[in-house]
Amino acid sequence: MTSPVRPFDGIEEERYELFEMNTSRFELSRREFLSILGPGLLILTYGSTALAQRFGRGDRGDDSVSARLHIGQDGTITVMTGKVEVGQGSRAELTQAAAEELKVDPSHIRLIMGDTALTPDDGGTYGSQSTPRTVPAIRRGAAAARDILIDAASRMWGIDSERIQVVEGVLKDSSGEKSIRYAELVDRPEVVENLQSSVPSGVEVKPVSEWEVMGTSLPRPNGKDIVMGNHRYPSDIVRPNMGYGKVLRPPAYDATLKSIDSSEAEKMEGVTVIRDGDFVGCVAPNSFRAAKAVEALAKTAEWEIPDHPSSKNLYSYLKDRAREGGGRRSRGGENGSVEEGLASAAKTIEAEFEIAYIQHAPLEPRAAVAEWEGDRVTVWTGSQVPTRVHHELCDAFDLEPDQARVIIPDTGGGFGGKHTGEAAVESARLARAAGKPVSLRWTREEEFTWAYFRPAGLIEVHAAVDDAGKVVAWDFANYNSGGSAIDTPYRVASRRTRFLSTDSPLRQGSYRALASTANTFAREVAMDELAELAGVDPVAFRWNHLEDGRLKNVLESVVGKFNWDRRRHERKPNRGMGMACGTEKGSFVAACAEVTVEHDKIHVERICQAFECGAIQNPLNLRMQVEGCIVMGLGGALFEAMEFANGRIKNASFGSYRVPRMSDVPELDIHLLDRKDLPSVGAGETPIIAVAPAIANAVYDAVGKRCRSLPLKLT
Amino acid sequence: MENTFTIQVNGRNESITTDPERPLLDVLREDLGLTGTKFGCGEGQCSACSVLVDGKRVRSCVTPIGKLAGKKILTIEGLSNGDSLHPIQEAFLSLSAFQCGYCTPGMIMRTVELLENKPNPTDEEILNWMESNLCRCCGYPKILEAIQSAAKATAKGDSQ
Repeated sequence: MTSPVRPFDGIEEERYELFEMNTSRFELSRREFLSILGPGLLILTYGSTALAQRFGRGDRGDDSVSARLHIGQDGTITVMTGKVEVGQGSRAELTQAAAEELKVDPSHIRLIMGDTALTPDDGGTYGSQSTPRTVPAIRRGAAAARDILIDAASRMWGIDSERIQVVEGVLKDSSGEKSIRYAELVDRPEVVENLQSSVPSGVEVKPVSEWEVMGTSLPRPNGKDIVMGNHRYPSDIVRPNMGYGKVLRPPAYDATLKSIDSSEAEKMEGVTVIRDGDFVGCVAPNSFRAAKAVEALAKTAEWEIPDHPSSKNLYSYLKDRAREGGGRRSRGGENGSVEEGLASAAKTIEAEFEIAYIQHAPLEPRAAVAEWEGDRVTVWTGSQVPTRVHHELCDAFDLEPDQARVIIPDTGGGFGGKHTGEAAVESARLARAAGKPVSLRWTREEEFTWAYFRPAGLIEVHAAVDDAGKVVAWDFANYNSGGSAIDTPYRVASRRTRFLSTDSPLRQGSYRALASTANTFAREVAMDELAELAGVDPVAFRWNHLEDGRLKNVLESVVGKFNWDRRRHERKPNRGMGMACGTEKGSFVAACAEVTVEHDKIHVERICQAFECGAIQNPLNLRMQVEGCIVMGLGGALFEAMEFANGRIKNASFGSYRVPRMSDVPELDIHLLDRKDLPSVGAGETPIIAVAPAIANAVYDAVGKRCRSLPLKLT
Repeated sequence: MENTFTIQVNGRNESITTDPERPLLDVLREDLGLTGTKFGCGEGQCSACSVLVDGKRVRSCVTPIGKLAGKKILTIEGLSNGDSLHPIQEAFLSLSAFQCGYCTPGMIMRTVELLENKPNPTDEEILNWMESNLCRCCGYPKILEAIQSAAKATAKGDSQ
């Protein structure tokens, strides 16, 4: 291992293609499973899911496990999923999915999440994929299990399966004479014969109209552990004889270690120093001493520090190094002639938007506990992608897949920022050298400096309206920040949309909603400018450029709820109203903001937002995700920006990097459109995208100043 | 450089032999196995590590153990009575006032101190009091609701 930080370019849209899935899978034998889960029936369902095909595993055919359930003789139903809980509510929603189809109370479902030895490979927990892909997979698996059990009962009783109903986990024949619980049934040999059933293609999941558990506000199943402080997050895991690790970080990006003297650190009681190339770390009896030992190491370390750009000239740096398309999948394209459109129109805008690097700053920093038993390692860590961490471990230590196990306890925040396994690999390296389990937790400064960032970007918009108030030319170029939601949803006579790769001075990757925040910001501010040029109300202007459909529906909803027409015309000094809308990952959002601007400070008074993501699976969780997105979005809109120079982050602490606080929360008026006729899609990301442009447009309405940067700047 | 200190944690006397500079947070988590109190920043900026020392909230990540000899410390683990929740825990649970839940112990401990000092806080007082407690999921609306609800429940309980 030469470096603790592996090259990683994790922009999510591209990750779906570049992501190296773990190609060799390993599975415990049935006997091993049952030794962990207790006696009962293990049901594996197979099927070439769309997700599997997308990752290029379609050739495995029936070999990919799409759902894995265990029905215990004690009545507990265990559902195993590779998805993880980082606060977005997947534990509740996946529990609901299983309970719905098995027709049991959710309290009887135990969900095992993100354990590479037990759970199927459901892909990473990102990209709002759990709702559209994993929920259906679990539902089909649970429905298949239910059908297998009904089938077994029908043969046992010698009656048609049509005559058997399931009520609260009890199979009953229609005459009411016979009944048997799932738990009793799984003890029978004729049931066990059906273990390896494929999901029959005809398996029926319950239609939305018959939902009993889905569609309700099931709270987080392990909520009591959370409020009692009993839930063990990755950083809380304790193993016998465990030491505490710490890694020596370079003083600047890309620095190389020239020399180091570890003798002082090694003199400290109980301290082991590990050096492997540029990787230097230690293990100590407690984390305080580990930090002292690393301080001693740092004093003796000499580094070669190369030049590194500063955030002050970031945007010219990005633009100077841009190249069309590049290695990533570039979205967009061209329709009509933008040049002709721009030349013909009387009114044009030419605007540049600057998007800062920001950090996810989950409250639980990266953390891992690694434990070796011979040449096998188990790692507990916080990550959104257990299979990736597993792959990184196998790669770093030259392990066969069955030599590494990754377990993801419900984790303290992700937001797209925990796709990687740095802490896992580091703790495993330290643990192997120290010969004991090692707990490693990054400091806040490490998290701000060495975790990957949301990409910065430069966006150029050149657009024109004709005398009839129609957009006749739309030229949109995004440098570096990404391709999500880069295509305008508006009807425009000609358009050119480009994504340009460049050299990112900071390590960058996914962030909640990816570049759709940046692209929606630039587009919606530009649309406001065009509306003004055309002399049309911003809502009417958008309305005129939209086809009928779901985006128009949320727009109509928010405008009505906010009372746009009245408020927009009610003039008060320094007070303004703005709006924005957009779509990403199959869901639709529109927001109105009311702000006041005083002494060059923006106060967001009110946000009204309408959001639609198909049939609502859990209204409580959905509302919390929408609230969280809006308030988190205030951070990126108003305060958050990484400052760096000479290879160092200058604001690597919560004291110098402002995040939203309780008092920042504006009045929130949220409207969730429940489209029971449409498939459910994810909702943990898109509700963030309209916040910043709605505020920027409101600021313009208040004081006549166009803000074209994230965070917004008035001076 | 190790010293021995006696502190009372959740009603139990604990004798700790350690470096007096070590933060209380580390002693709770690493020596006493009380991992309910969380590390968020190590700089006293996020309040995830909030515990009560003689009834007053301290940020345990920046409080050296050497200053706490003889003090009474209350952590999230000491708040409930067995399996029966404290009214503030009950309010956070029944209103689902958490997403990832990592800030929750600190939020709850800070609320305990708030309601001891101001049993009927106004919204403005709550916001001021909670200003230093960060929730990165930004689940503040639900947290505020839970605090308001806990205040009502506590006030009602007191008057009975």
